[in-house]
Amino acid sequence: MSGLLVLIPVALGLGLLGLATFFWAMRKGQFDDLDGAAHRILIDDEDSER
Amino acid sequence: MNAPVTPAAFETGHFEDSRFTVPGIRCAGCIAKIERELGKHSAIDSVRVNFSAKRVAIRHLPELDDDNLIAALAGLGFEAQRLDDNPVAEDVSEARLLQRSLAVAGFGMMNVMLLSVSVWSGAEGSTRDLFHWLSAIIALPVIAYSGRPFFASAWMALRNRRTNMDVPISIGVLLATGLSLYETVAGGGHSYFESAVMLLFFLLAGRTLDAAMRSRTRAGIGALLSRMGRSAQVIGPDGRLQSIAAEDLRPGMVMLVAAGEALAADGIIEQGSTSIDNAMLTGESRPEARVIGDEVHAGATNLTAPVRVRITAAASDTVLAEIARLMDEAGQSRSRYVRIADRASRLYAPAVHSLALLAFIGWMIAGAGVHQSLVIAIAVLIITCPCAMGLAVPAAQVVTTGALLKHGMLIKDGSALERFAEVDLAVFDKTGTLTMGAPAPDLSSLDDDARRVALALSSASCHPLSTGLAVALRDAGVVSAELSDIAERSGEGVFASWRGIDVALERPDTAQSEIAVQLRIGTTRTVVNFTDPVRTDAGQTMAVLDATGIESRILSGDASDAVARVARELGVHARAGASPQDKLETLEHLHRQGRRPLMVGDGINDGPALAAAHASIAPGSASDISQQAADAVFTGSNLMPVAVTVRGARACAKVVRQNFGFAIVYNVLAVPLALAGLVTPLIAAIAMSASSIIVVANSLRLRSLVR
Repeated sequence: MSGLLVLIPVALGLGLLGLATFFWAMRKGQFDDLDGAAHRILIDDEDSER
Repeated sequence: MNAPVTPAAFETGHFEDSRFTVPGIRCAGCIAKIERELGKHSAIDSVRVNFSAKRVAIRHLPELDDDNLIAALAGLGFEAQRLDDNPVAEDVSEARLLQRSLAVAGFGMMNVMLLSVSVWSGAEGSTRDLFHWLSAIIALPVIAYSGRPFFASAWMALRNRRTNMDVPISIGVLLATGLSLYETVAGGGHSYFESAVMLLFFLLAGRTLDAAMRSRTRAGIGALLSRMGRSAQVIGPDGRLQSIAAEDLRPGMVMLVAAGEALAADGIIEQGSTSIDNAMLTGESRPEARVIGDEVHAGATNLTAPVRVRITAAASDTVLAEIARLMDEAGQSRSRYVRIADRASRLYAPAVHSLALLAFIGWMIAGAGVHQSLVIAIAVLIITCPCAMGLAVPAAQVVTTGALLKHGMLIKDGSALERFAEVDLAVFDKTGTLTMGAPAPDLSSLDDDARRVALALSSASCHPLSTGLAVALRDAGVVSAELSDIAERSGEGVFASWRGIDVALERPDTAQSEIAVQLRIGTTRTVVNFTDPVRTDAGQTMAVLDATGIESRILSGDASDAVARVARELGVHARAGASPQDKLETLEHLHRQGRRPLMVGDGINDGPALAAAHASIAPGSASDISQQAADAVFTGSNLMPVAVTVRGARACAKVVRQNFGFAIVYNVLAVPLALAGLVTPLIAAIAMSASSIIVVANSLRLRSLVR
């Protein structure tokens, strides 16, 4: 049973980490333009010649 | 991937942000072109294209104003409009709140479920108490955070002495939480934290989908809105031109209206003569001649020559504003429509709550004690908590709107979809709705040389008929002839010389009943007639509607002979020459007869009728005012999406009814168990997820049903 004392905080911590990451991603606008990234990959980068 | 940043912009460090709607962004090339080319401008710091929303955000020095930036985008070949400060801010913040609540509920559900499964698998004594305490510590903040959308809405409804779906949800969640907390403190065997959190999670999933659907279609419609007559070039006392916004125009001002420009106010022509397109106001597709002293109205488009107009009525006094007022009044009846979920909850909530109360009283009489009776009563509430019911409507509607979006139909909200399913009569406007709204030339009278000359001449002018002719000729694969001495004389036509012969594209010599231009090569004169063709699939659309049991009619403001021809072609009943008031009255008359009319129209003159109809659709080419009044907007040149929408809405309504059926069957099976006191938290959790999954799976069938 002593394993629970470690595992439960670990499980909660990981869950909270995921939640925090999701909130961070939302605030950073990661979900604002869901289709754009699929198209941007096709853009030739002219600047790369430098 | 960020846009290039210029050194000049770095130095000053003081920027403004502007956002524009650019509907023309279609591919990676467009993104690259806008970001790269605008980024080269020395006063622009960064450019970012949002492809999903068709928006461009530009960070620039204050020396550039919106008009400069719009001009710069136009220079790249993109039509742009300034995005008002944040028209959809409310939608976005609502969607964000729901997403965050959903994430928190998901987190809570996973962790509480982990602990609950251990309890169900046989954790005993102090371990069980510890797990209950941990569940409580996780669940209480999660419920307080994720439950806000429901608690707020339920509280609003109760304060207005009404009830909605959120009332039984909130009561169920709060009672389950309260009981579980009591059990935890008292060291009892059953806690329902996982049921409460799971309920919130499923319902939030439905709400989030609903919000995402609305913001997606609103963004689409926002991108379609055109700018017409929002400002005017006013000639000041010193003779200088000044651009003044439509709402700041005053009677007595003189505005210069260029060819191709929309009028921003009512007025009288002081100088010049022209023909105007009044189709938006009257539905009449033929241009009307206007000379000095004639009256012109806001919303009309000046076609041929620039004119000076002395304003007689502006802003809220125009004929246009009068129509907007009619629309406001006409829209009242629609706001009384009660959505199907709220109708269901009117029956559902009292039934469930009295059932729980009866269970409590019954077990008290049977001598079970207050605690035991309360546990059973709350179990009844939890098991009947409308989890599947909360998902039944949004799940089906989200799938349906997604499928309709692929057909080019943007549905504004779920209430519209419910009303589309109920229509029993379709009323179509003619110009711009049944027809394309843009005159197309009949090229059969022209031989090859004539076509080449006609293309060269028409390309040199921006008169709408010339543009239409040029587009049709280019589509027919014609190559332009070489002309010299091209000159356009306002009100007369385009003149040039071709292989030493005088050629011209001009007004026909003889009076024509139809819209036409005359091509003159030397002395040969050929008249090219223009017609506004009926959309190719109009007949088919009406046949499909007819098969669905919906009669079609035409209600047009256009002249009767033009309407009669279209009506004969399509074989439907028609009424011509209807004013906006007539259209509104016709729709209201149909309502009084107990009919549920669907109005399909594009012009400003259709606005009141669109608002008064049981449900309404506008084409993407429609005026702003009509697109805002309509429940749905369709893009493209086909009319078929109208029929597909009605069929899709009916399929959706059927699936919603099936979903309610499932929810009721589930209740009939589960409620006796709950009443008998046999429901444990485990059974509640299984029943709740099973019914939700069935409902969602059933809704997904709509993907293939909407065609």
